[in-house]
Amino acid sequence: MERRDFIKIGGVGVGALMLPITGIAISAEQMLDKPMDVAYKKKLADIALNAAKAAGASYADARIGRYLNQFVTTRETRVDNIVNTESAGIGVRVITNGTWGFASTSNMTPDSVAKTAERAVAVAKANSKFQTVPVKLAPVKGVGDVSWQTPIKKNAMEVPIKDKADLLLTANAAAMGNGANYITSMLFLVNEQKYFASTDGSYIDQDVHRLWAPFYATGIGKNGFKQRNGLGNPVGMGFEYLDGLEKDKIKITGANVGYNNSYDLVEDAAAAGKQLKAKLKAKSVEPGKYDLVLDPAHLMLTIHESVGHPLELDRVLGYEANYAGTSFATLDKWKSGKFQYGSDRVNLFADKTQPYSLGNVAYDDEGVKTKDWDLVKDGILVNYQATRDQVHMIDQNESHGCSYSQSWRDVQFQRMPNVSLKPNEQDISAEDVIKDVENGIYIAGRGSFSIDQQRYNFQFGGQLFYEIKDGKITDQIEDVAYQSNTQEFWNSCTQMAGKSDYRVGGSFFDGKGQPSQVSAVSHGCPTTRFNNINVINTARNV
Amino acid sequence: MTILSEQKAKELLTKVLKYSKADEIECNLNGSIGGNIRYARNTVSTAGEESDLVLAVQSTFGKKTGTATINEFDDASLEKVVRRSEELAKLAPENEEHMPLFGPQKYTTSKTYFESTANVTPENRAQAAEDSIVPSKKNKLVAAGFLEEFVTFSAIINNKGLFAYNQSTDVDFSVTVRTEDGKGSGWVTRNFSDYKLLDTAKASSIAIQKSIGSVDAKAMEPGKYTVILEPAASVGLLGNMVRNFAQRGADEGRSFLSYKLKEGEDAAKAPKNKLGQKMFDERVNIYTDPGHPIAPAAPFSRDGYPRNRTDWIKNGTVVNMPNSPYWAKKTGVAYVPRGGNIIMDGGNESLEEMIKSTRRGILVTRLWYIRSLDPQTLLYTGLTRDGTFYIEDGKIKYPIKNFRFNESPIVMLNNIEALGKPERIDGNMIPPMKIRDFTFSSLSDAV
Repeated sequence: MERRDFIKIGGVGVGALMLPITGIAISAEQMLDKPMDVAYKKKLADIALNAAKAAGASYADARIGRYLNQFVTTRETRVDNIVNTESAGIGVRVITNGTWGFASTSNMTPDSVAKTAERAVAVAKANSKFQTVPVKLAPVKGVGDVSWQTPIKKNAMEVPIKDKADLLLTANAAAMGNGANYITSMLFLVNEQKYFASTDGSYIDQDVHRLWAPFYATGIGKNGFKQRNGLGNPVGMGFEYLDGLEKDKIKITGANVGYNNSYDLVEDAAAAGKQLKAKLKAKSVEPGKYDLVLDPAHLMLTIHESVGHPLELDRVLGYEANYAGTSFATLDKWKSGKFQYGSDRVNLFADKTQPYSLGNVAYDDEGVKTKDWDLVKDGILVNYQATRDQVHMIDQNESHGCSYSQSWRDVQFQRMPNVSLKPNEQDISAEDVIKDVENGIYIAGRGSFSIDQQRYNFQFGGQLFYEIKDGKITDQIEDVAYQSNTQEFWNSCTQMAGKSDYRVGGSFFDGKGQPSQVSAVSHGCPTTRFNNINVINTARNV
Repeated sequence: MTILSEQKAKELLTKVLKYSKADEIECNLNGSIGGNIRYARNTVSTAGEESDLVLAVQSTFGKKTGTATINEFDDASLEKVVRRSEELAKLAPENEEHMPLFGPQKYTTSKTYFESTANVTPENRAQAAEDSIVPSKKNKLVAAGFLEEFVTFSAIINNKGLFAYNQSTDVDFSVTVRTEDGKGSGWVTRNFSDYKLLDTAKASSIAIQKSIGSVDAKAMEPGKYTVILEPAASVGLLGNMVRNFAQRGADEGRSFLSYKLKEGEDAAKAPKNKLGQKMFDERVNIYTDPGHPIAPAAPFSRDGYPRNRTDWIKNGTVVNMPNSPYWAKKTGVAYVPRGGNIIMDGGNESLEEMIKSTRRGILVTRLWYIRSLDPQTLLYTGLTRDGTFYIEDGKIKYPIKNFRFNESPIVMLNNIEALGKPERIDGNMIPPMKIRDFTFSSLSDAV
């Protein structure tokens, strides 16, 4: 999923959207109205639920959403773009004659809301003529009126725009002062104010915050150009993530600084400038088999693609066959109780409860209380990720709480929770992992990534590559990508660092479904070693 | 109602202009309404109808600009969004790259709107899905598909006299048909402006045929092969290449279109980009044309500037690169907006005829998960999917296992053996292509 989709979601239509900023502070909140009153949301939701029931629905839920986005884009010495978007509306989902129906509207008058619920029922009725298997929902007990908020310390929407612009421009100057020729830096802020109500008797008000501050730096040399992207993570945090606290830095001798629960954007940009100069002079990798040591800001994406997606139950069952694909992790492998997904060191778990993570909420978008559970235990596949209407197909009667919709406008469906790799019980460091490697490559940051539709064959690049010789990081190298097969790869996992090295990275724009929707999801892991992996050289003359 | 007529849109936007106190104001109004149906495991999974209307207002004082958006349309909301954009503009510093708004423009007409698409009902969608599912079931296959149709409109107004309006319709259909044991998979996609052209049963028969034909695929060694890329297979690589066409990045030295200095050449006197260079086979002609009869696009870009037919590659030579009004002025060239579609010329041969004339090759239905490996060579990776077949002596001999490819569209468009008759795909016109020495780097077990 690309950044342009964020703009599309924001519904921004103006062509140029140029908005530089002065020294005068203005907060996003000043530009926006107060949140909608909860009692009014409940009244509207009840109108939708009652209209749906009156039209023949056996189940209905209503999601009233107000989605605020802000994105700030800078380029070198100037602010390119600051956009505030606001979108509000209601989506109503119903089951009628055992069939799903959905409709949404931005017009939230009582009459429009009732009509939208009736449209959802009409859609369900039309489809029920061809429905062969009625929808079966796992039970959920209504929770009454509850509320939850992302545990933020500094609401990023309230931070003056000047502070945001200054931070990005300072980072740009740091990168250019250290060797970058060009840099684009950005700040993406998301606030989902979402209210869920269902005929089960739940009225759930949640205020969700997310933040991401990526940059893309370019260095130009005699024989071409190189790029180095930021190593910060998208997070479920407030502006405090950008405090860059020393305690959250993990320094890898001879390579990069890793960031845990806060990020030093300016320091990373300065490092990017220096590393770009090194990249332009770096030797090209010799293809072959290497032991790889993968830093968390890189490995998170490998987990996302090779564990998170193949264990989505809707993929396994074929619901995503026409778009994202199916999965090699079929039900027979799970049922056997013996499928060796990875080596016995590999423990992968799912959750929507880790603090600071992108997936962190109290209830999912169909009113299910969130939790954590094992996916791969001691290397064996033990479970999937499921929603209310699918979990009975794996003989379980409790939803995993994996339902999500990107906005009030779109229907909710199964989305990936946080999927993370447990750290080593012995709290060894990243450098302890590196010191045993004779001939290897250390990879930091996420680069190019591609995987087949059943999640067997993958190829990943990165941002920074270093040779490891006799336990030490030596030269910076370039043009590295590794190709592997998911099961072989995870079975080649031989070592990982402990909890002190565990870091949570994530994907801000994970795409899935038809019509395609984005979601944000995190993956925690420590620095981890994989033996004897096929590395290719991506340089080519054209 | 989220689709406004030209008159209603103009009335609303004119009202917005009246609230303005800025030197310049530009408003974009975008509305959409549509419906969709999704099916899998031979039954309907989700379906719905969605609509929205969004107003974006950009106000400017001197060279200071601010922007705000809203999706509520009572008078108080309209005034509020104008005031918000003006407050931001007053706080903004001067932007050295600010360019004045365009005055009134003349536009060509594009036939982008079809009433048949606007009139689709939930019952129509359900029937279209059923028409795809029934033949799959009859063949003991499993269908998963998606049908979506929508009406959109876009209106732009500014206080320099510019007003532009366009309404369009789109229909997208695709289906993946798999065998019950998961050993075969076929896929097809259709994209039209006019819903009347969609026949889901006929389209699905192709996916069914490919699904049955792809069972028990044989493994071939990775390497360089002659391939026939169906339009759905090449559109991803071509789309990525065209998106990377940009004068500024090329002039700044960070594009595959940046000029490479020759030994001893004076950088100050050398060109900055590859405009005028022959980079591709001379049969390559790629352009944008909003008035294309089969794949039309809106006749104006998002800043209200007219879109006309513009060549990007003519007889293998780069002849235009999109830029911005600022970069055009800075470099003393004409402003060239991005296009709304990609049209690539081809020949008259059908896909079947291209297969017949192939001694040895690989037919590729589609490419999947395409990602950039190196922006300076436009090297991409990805995989074949849902129907990959070995061709020998003009006939499809047997299905083969999917490959990962590592290839650049620059290489691809230099290795052309033949171009077939273009087809509409994702709003573009792309021919099937026979390409020699296409690089497959590894095998995939995925079906």
